[in-house]
Amino acid sequence: MSKQTDRLNVDRREALQFVGGGVVAALLAGTLATEAKADMKLVNKAINRLVGDGAMKEGRIKLDLPDIAENGRTVPVGVTVESPMTDGDHVKSLHLFAEKNPAADVASIHFSPAMGEAKAALRMRLGGTQNVIAVAEMSDGSLYTSKQQVKVTIGGCGG
Amino acid sequence: MAKPKPRVRVPKKAKKGDIVTIKTLISHKMETGQRKNKKTGEKIPRHIINKFAANFNGKQVFASDWHPAIAANPYMAFSFKAEESGEFEFTWTDDKNETFSKKAKMTVA
Repeated sequence: MSKQTDRLNVDRREALQFVGGGVVAALLAGTLATEAKADMKLVNKAINRLVGDGAMKEGRIKLDLPDIAENGRTVPVGVTVESPMTDGDHVKSLHLFAEKNPAADVASIHFSPAMGEAKAALRMRLGGTQNVIAVAEMSDGSLYTSKQQVKVTIGGCGG
Repeated sequence: MAKPKPRVRVPKKAKKGDIVTIKTLISHKMETGQRKNKKTGEKIPRHIINKFAANFNGKQVFASDWHPAIAANPYMAFSFKAEESGEFEFTWTDDKNETFSKKAKMTVA
């Protein structure tokens, strides 16, 4: 939405522009909703390829991402998965996906009980404001997922 | 491109049972394959490091597969539980199957 929505004192011209903007925004929201579905399709495809189509539960994954990234070329991301990290019960892998990048895959991180805790950090590229999705595979085969939106002011792909 | 230079930060000493953080960095452009040469309009071929692995005393303890969405000069940090003294060996592998590696010792008391 335009900046004008933040203003408290609007004169007639601005008020009219705002109404017009509202109509455009409503139309845009419609197209964006269908786009978001298409984006998730790519992510879901990537998830199916890596871990299969088993049921995923929410939780256990903590994503440490900025709410707003000033530069999409390098966005820090930290991941922690709750797990005792013993030989019998640990996190095997965590896969990271970006919904709106040219390709959904970002990284697959492979943990081992020798780490003591399932914690890692890296820096990724984000081509625009979007959701970052994580899927963790546990040693017993169960799957967990989590996602977080990052607002990007300068894109990171191409250019 | 200049030869990739790996850099690692491993604590020299650690107390047995402590969880330490291992930080690694390698200089690499991580060419995505999406960019075009501005003059000719031709696509610049993809050339990234697609695999990172960390071994401790010869056994793999951590690994990661990377895609073009990994930022240039890739940084990777992870936790490790200090149980015994030994040596880490970090290996990065790129699209041309070239490998770069670095070793670091850690003493556990």
